[in-house]
Amino acid sequence: MSKHHVSTTINGEPTEFLCEPQLTLLDVLRDELRLTGSKEGCSSGDCGACSVTVDGRLVCSCLMLAVEAEGKSIETVEGMAKGHDLHPLQQKFLEHAALQCGFCTPGVLVASKALLDRNPDPTETEVRYWLAGNLCRCTGYDKIVRAVMDAAAEMRGASV
Amino acid sequence: MPSLAYTAPSSVEEAVRALAGASGLAKVLSGGTDLLVQLRSGRTTPSLIVDTKKIPGISGIREEDGGFVIGAATPGAVIGENQALARAWPGLVEAANLIGSTQVQGRASLAGNLCNASPAADSVPALIAARATCVIVGSNGKREVPVETICTGPGRTSLARDEFIIEFRLPKREPRSADAYLRFIPRTEMDIAVVGAAVNLTRDASGIITDARVVLGAVAPTAVIVADTAAPLTGRKLDDAALAALDKAARAACKPISDKRGTVEYRIKVAGVMTRRAAAIAYARAGERQ
Repeated sequence: MSKHHVSTTINGEPTEFLCEPQLTLLDVLRDELRLTGSKEGCSSGDCGACSVTVDGRLVCSCLMLAVEAEGKSIETVEGMAKGHDLHPLQQKFLEHAALQCGFCTPGVLVASKALLDRNPDPTETEVRYWLAGNLCRCTGYDKIVRAVMDAAAEMRGASV
Repeated sequence: MPSLAYTAPSSVEEAVRALAGASGLAKVLSGGTDLLVQLRSGRTTPSLIVDTKKIPGISGIREEDGGFVIGAATPGAVIGENQALARAWPGLVEAANLIGSTQVQGRASLAGNLCNASPAADSVPALIAARATCVIVGSNGKREVPVETICTGPGRTSLARDEFIIEFRLPKREPRSADAYLRFIPRTEMDIAVVGAAVNLTRDASGIITDARVVLGAVAPTAVIVADTAAPLTGRKLDDAALAALDKAARAACKPISDKRGTVEYRIKVAGVMTRRAAAIAYARAGERQ
């Protein structure tokens, strides 16, 4: 089976890898590049645990072939914190205890960041619909939604 | 797993050659939100994947001759962000945006939704109600056909093995025209249609409907055009009698199956209700465009 050479950008870093054509972006992120923050939940695009952005667009990395990453700019959960400084969403998830087992959390964080990047002041309804493709079996979602709303407020400079 | 090859041609001609020359099954890739699931599950075992997304013009929306041209691989999120399209074709946009989650919207395309040929595809009834056509390319050149000629049954299309869709064309909008799409699912998001109803209509200044097309999804092997739409709707206002006649016509057009999402009887009943509600929305929208 012939391997493809792919040149891409991941979290701002130019990155190259070799991959077989049937591998998904998630396969390569986790197994080849050892970026294991993105999780494999369902492998069918239903759970959102593998969420990343591709050229700023939120996608499931399990529903994209790794070869399709050629020339794209990919952001994963590993790119959210700046050194030891957590992203406001990460900080608010800790403060609100918006996670329990944590398996869905990287995907929820990436998806929430994609929302706030385009809509800094979402309503609760907008948050819930935007995150409808991120399944969490622990929290019941309320704490996640509150953490996202609080992070949005802080990022707007509106919080105390 | 048998050996799989991938190619991302940068022209229509190159893509057609790849499809025509494939030794085994070749699959066309646009957003991949159905294809990758089928690859993973082993439901499809192609020897070649032809990724269309590097072909110029296959993604994006443009206005042409008063109508719209939507590239075959344009993701749902891009369709939803186009305000001119949403003003002209709100029903089509709401149907396209009902497909899957935010993540799926980042990739899923109209061509994929159509060629996956699920009876429950959300965008298909809306495209047919809009009298959209698709432009198909293949070894024999280019042809343009109505969207309703593509799906021939669940998972089956009328496309030849060396053909694929490059764009959808929506006709010029008449004044006081609008469409609407409603899907019934047992929750509010992330599910597959029990029934989908698309209504596209035009009314005159006094509220009389001068043209209408009504299409149902998930109630037959393919999307169905409610055949006698002209009879219940055209030439009258959308009053209670018209709605009752429309309900009856919609129910008569259904040939559903019973499955975990609903029984035959339930789907037929809901099809009437959804069609009436979608018609009321389309009629009100058209009325706001005096």
